[in-house]
Amino acid sequence: MTRPMLKFLPFLLILVLAPLLLPPGRLGSYYLTLMILSLSYSVAALGLTVLLGYSGQISLAQAAFFGIGAYTFSLLTVSLHAGFWISVLAALVLTTGFGLLLGAISLRLDSHYLALVTIGFQIITGLVLNNWTAVTGGANGVANIPRPNIFGFQIDSDLGFYWFSVATLVLAAYLVYRLRHSRMGWALLALREDEIAAAANGISLFWTKILAFAASAFLAAMGGVLFASGALYISPNVFDFYQSVSFFAMTLVGGQESIVGTTLGAWLITFLPEVLRFLHAYYIAVYGLMVVIVVLFMPEGLYGMLLRGVDLFRRRVLGHREALDTDAVPLRADATQTRPVASNTPLLEIRDLAKHFGGIKAVDGISLTVNKGDVAVLIGPNGSGKTTVLNVLSGIYSATRGSIRFKGREITNLASNRINRLGISRTFQNIRLFPEMTALENVAVGCYKTGTVGLAGTLLSRPKGYREEAAAMEKARATLQLLGFVRPDMKAKNLPYGQQRVVEIARAIVSDPALLLLDEPAAGMNHEETQVLSQILYRIHSLGVTMLLIEHDMSFVASVATQAYVMDFGNKISEGSVSQVLTDPAVMTAYLGDEVEYA
Amino acid sequence: MFSEFIQLTVAGLAVGSIYALIALGFVLIYTSVNVVNFAQGDFAMIGAYFMVSLVVGAHLPWWLALIVAVAATGAAGVLFQLLIFQPVRNRSRNFLPVMIATVGASVFLEQLFLLIYGPIPLQLAPIFAVDSVSIAGVHVYPQYLVIIVVTALMVTLLHWFMEHTRLGKQMQATAQDPDTARLMGIRVAWMAALTFAISTALGGLAGLLIAPVYTVTATMGSSIALKAFAAAIVGGFSSMRGAIVGGLGIGLIETYGATYISGSYRDAYPFIVLIIFLIFRPHGLFGEKVSQKV
Repeated sequence: MTRPMLKFLPFLLILVLAPLLLPPGRLGSYYLTLMILSLSYSVAALGLTVLLGYSGQISLAQAAFFGIGAYTFSLLTVSLHAGFWISVLAALVLTTGFGLLLGAISLRLDSHYLALVTIGFQIITGLVLNNWTAVTGGANGVANIPRPNIFGFQIDSDLGFYWFSVATLVLAAYLVYRLRHSRMGWALLALREDEIAAAANGISLFWTKILAFAASAFLAAMGGVLFASGALYISPNVFDFYQSVSFFAMTLVGGQESIVGTTLGAWLITFLPEVLRFLHAYYIAVYGLMVVIVVLFMPEGLYGMLLRGVDLFRRRVLGHREALDTDAVPLRADATQTRPVASNTPLLEIRDLAKHFGGIKAVDGISLTVNKGDVAVLIGPNGSGKTTVLNVLSGIYSATRGSIRFKGREITNLASNRINRLGISRTFQNIRLFPEMTALENVAVGCYKTGTVGLAGTLLSRPKGYREEAAAMEKARATLQLLGFVRPDMKAKNLPYGQQRVVEIARAIVSDPALLLLDEPAAGMNHEETQVLSQILYRIHSLGVTMLLIEHDMSFVASVATQAYVMDFGNKISEGSVSQVLTDPAVMTAYLGDEVEYA
Repeated sequence: MFSEFIQLTVAGLAVGSIYALIALGFVLIYTSVNVVNFAQGDFAMIGAYFMVSLVVGAHLPWWLALIVAVAATGAAGVLFQLLIFQPVRNRSRNFLPVMIATVGASVFLEQLFLLIYGPIPLQLAPIFAVDSVSIAGVHVYPQYLVIIVVTALMVTLLHWFMEHTRLGKQMQATAQDPDTARLMGIRVAWMAALTFAISTALGGLAGLLIAPVYTVTATMGSSIALKAFAAAIVGGFSSMRGAIVGGLGIGLIETYGATYISGSYRDAYPFIVLIIFLIFRPHGLFGEKVSQKV
């Protein structure tokens, strides 16, 4: 147990002691039943915390997974008289399998389409549970579901089962917490914030989405087993579309990104009918209205609002201030630095590369070579195909023809994350940071690919995982310091434009790439900022990083570039040193038009 | 055998027309505000209840009741737009909360009408009080023919409105690029309201047309809407033509499937079709493949 986990301790104490505060008699035992129910919902809703809160994927099928878990467990124990734990295991495996299936279908879809497929899955599951009478018992459901037996100790009382449920919730919360605070967690968040940037930082969108869906289904199954064993009886109507909406509401109302918030949300929504009982028939209408209001006007959920209030209190009343990183190496516009000399070893070789969009030939057979140690620049008028070259190079577009070799290896049309893993990083023309993550976290995502600990290691708390994460954070901090950045704990979306650019560059170089691609790094910067940027590029160059950049600012180009290529209408029209190409008549024609025409 | 097939086809096309009308509403709203309105089906329910009130309660002739009910549903749609979409219209990137809010609104609307009209399903008499008409020896339910004819008329009218009137063009322009539309002097807020009015009025029309076939209940809309949603996706979600073809196709498949394969899985066929489409042709029949801009 690490120190940050201690913050959960008060909540755990409340959960454990809560039953002792219940009124005696029938009312008390009724409340206890509801509390057991809310715990099973919490576990399933935590699945949505991972899927929706962390990875930003939408699923309206959580009740289907909840149901598949509950039914698998119940049918195995009741109809086949299988043991409790073996049935739990089977329920988890089967449900996770369905999660993988849905995840695989969802890979090609986003937003609304994804929502719809999950609704389809939810409805089909409901129909099967209702109609496959021979196995599921149809609308009659399954009764006499057993309670667990731990080391020969049979838990039959509701109170005992409540504590068993708390233990299960703790386990689920621990798994979610570990996932969130590992490199897998960074990958999930990066996926939510910006898929293209995530892939450009070596994150496999495929596996990360699959992971999110599988984790979510797994937790739904855990909750489902808990529900079945707690209620002793299940029927299909518990697992319908409205239950899925309800899970969604729990996660959103409590706070989609927070474990405590989700648990709180599950508890609230389970007990809301009790609280609203005085409204009689109106309560579901009021419930719907509350969901609308919370979702529209409290995007961070109730717990998020609470945290924000605490934060505001600390800053306003107690005078906490944002800490600036004083160890950052200041950048001065007039500093001089020694820079490495380019070699003659080709690092990147592009041969006859073309990219056509339908009839538009954005790039039409360009060849160029970047040697190790070069700072190569690609210049050309707007629309000449420069950015397209970079996008094909980094695997965002696939090439129509031609070949790209990196360190002598063919990399044409590899996936973005594979190319990044081979040692090519990039920044984007219109900065693609992960806006809701801090500057430091943004840079740490750049280290994702250097991690070696997998899912099992993460969840089992392998010490190596902690070490790697600490090392990644340290590296990220050092890289930001190197670039003179002083506000590591500020959210990326709140940083000014120039600073965002610096963070994006830091993210790209933190993993020590062999080649750095920069798409118009000086765009939108004033003279002073541009000079600071050249200092940054000098520092990166002196680390031994080869660069290929696109730029329009010619004085900036002249100060940093060692080699220049000029493009026009998808073709290369000139190459050489910066001063050579700028005096090339072909280049002047491309920029200024044909002399004869204007004469 | 053959006459059964014709009967099924008519029934399938009628149900499909209903899906098509609601799918059109989905597509119109989606193309204009980029959000899926999960409460779309509830406007079918609202239209049906209005119709019941006007015909059974106020004894209006059916044609007048139809016009009033459709107009009133459209007005409810504008109110809905003002309350749910207007407050968050500038929260651009994150569509998710708005979508969930429409789910919440759907729950609210269903409960509201349940409270007003009670849990007992209401009956609405068909427009022509004849059990069946015989066409070339095949008996068909006349309400099915009414549905098909009215839908065809509405679709033609909508097409004419969108393509051949100033207002329709302004609506299209607003949907494609609200900022530029505003610069061109188009009243964007009015266009958004008009879009919702048309979409929900189409939903209301669908609801009151299908009401004599099913019964009028608070949840009648949501189950129809899910299938209409599937129809919109199969059609490509951004194309009106797609919504119509998708709606009719889903209606036919559902009706044939229920008779020839298994009746208890009637509600599953649209989604099976949907999942097949999503795997093999995610952009639907008429949808454009939009490549992501970097």
